[in-house]
Amino acid sequence: MGEAIVITSGKGGVGKTTTTANLGTSLALLDKKVCLIDTDIGLRNLDVVIGLENRIIYDIIDVVEKRCKISQALIKDKRFDCLYLLPAAQTSDKTALTPEAMKSIIDDLKPDYDYILIDCPAGIEQGYKNAVSGADKALVVTTPEKSSVRDADRIIGLLEQEDIEPPNLVINRIRTHMVKNGDMLDVDEIMQILSIDLIGIVADDDDVIKASNHGEPIAFQPNTKASIAYRNIARRILGESIPLQSLDEKLTFIEKIKKVFGKN
Amino acid sequence: MAANRYITIKGTRDGLTLFMNDQCAFDDLLQELENIISTKHLVEDEQSIRIKIKLGNRYLDDQQEEKLRELIDKQNTFIIEQIESDVILKETALQWKEETEIELHNKIVRSGQILKVTGDLLLVGDVNPGGKVMASGNIFIVGHLRGIAHAGVHGNDKAVIAASYMAPSQLRIADIISRPPDQEKDGVHMECGFIDSTGKQIIMDRINVLAKNRFDLNAFERRIING
Repeated sequence: MGEAIVITSGKGGVGKTTTTANLGTSLALLDKKVCLIDTDIGLRNLDVVIGLENRIIYDIIDVVEKRCKISQALIKDKRFDCLYLLPAAQTSDKTALTPEAMKSIIDDLKPDYDYILIDCPAGIEQGYKNAVSGADKALVVTTPEKSSVRDADRIIGLLEQEDIEPPNLVINRIRTHMVKNGDMLDVDEIMQILSIDLIGIVADDDDVIKASNHGEPIAFQPNTKASIAYRNIARRILGESIPLQSLDEKLTFIEKIKKVFGKN
Repeated sequence: MAANRYITIKGTRDGLTLFMNDQCAFDDLLQELENIISTKHLVEDEQSIRIKIKLGNRYLDDQQEEKLRELIDKQNTFIIEQIESDVILKETALQWKEETEIELHNKIVRSGQILKVTGDLLLVGDVNPGGKVMASGNIFIVGHLRGIAHAGVHGNDKAVIAASYMAPSQLRIADIISRPPDQEKDGVHMECGFIDSTGKQIIMDRINVLAKNRFDLNAFERRIING
């Protein structure tokens, strides 16, 4: 029986979809059977980020409205046999999906997959409610910006009212040099406000955007800061205890590796 | 003139105190009062007399009280200072009890959430930016106050707000609102806010100042005693 994890943030543009794609990839790399569900009806992105846009025939609304079977709508990844995507519809809007329908889809998928990752749309309205229903766990993504932390706080408050485990936090797009100069919120400050468990920190990396544009999640690349961070999060989801390295240590650690391999 | 059967009058330094018999019918009481007022030897009409009315174990509803006041107001010589009864409605008593109780909450009040209590609020946890706590009495926060705290919601301007870490976006007491100066980013530890002696603004000070300014905080049934 699989586990359904919703990835949410409240604010838009903090990296929900990127995180979903990369965690899915990382879990698949660890030989887990993973299904990604895009619930951002009308503004679907996950298929683009993961490079499966041109394979879409049916979408989640077709499943809900019984125009196809769920197995027909699922797209197998071009790189893995154990990674699947259930794409969102681009033509309907968020009211086409209901929490009940979402729940029944997830219940149908659970026996066949180890992990079901649900990519939540921005906002706290219908789309959010759809995405959260049926989830067992939640990951809240935030960036080290005040506005994003504020929205994450709001979302955590809403998640606490749902019947799911206490959410975990992913801090995305941290820029070490800005934190060092005191121009960016640091991890401690964010944790002090949100006070939930931290499951990973992802450094800001140009390669992430580059990889997304190629439809190839960064987690495929074995040695960038961001991909290591995503893979660590995936392993923590599996229950491994990997110490959260402070960003400084992480950097020097990576630099050390680079030095060992003679890069840079 | 018949002797006063139901009303005893006592003169004090501050005026007159009327002790009303609490066993007789209310109408009898009114009648006698009317007699007293109209016939009484109140010739010295230069100064109005302040009177207190003690009802004993008699409860007056609003209508009855209105009648009583009307009767006395007819005669311009009297000013009612106080109508006091030894009994109150259960409802009122419960309300008093509620208002003086301290309600304990153990949670984080996050952005967009409102925690509202009757009486005093003791919050063990933070109030995050965008969160709001409201109480008809005082607010005590064991944690960080980063959002809005509104004490004395129903107009109690004696209410105070205290927190182990104060970095509020706004403090409100009764109908006065204040916010920290724009250049101030960092919060302060163990501080409290209360309305100063002018009654116009909220000032912040260290928590131990409260003992001096609001010594009645110590008395638990303070507001019942104060009526």
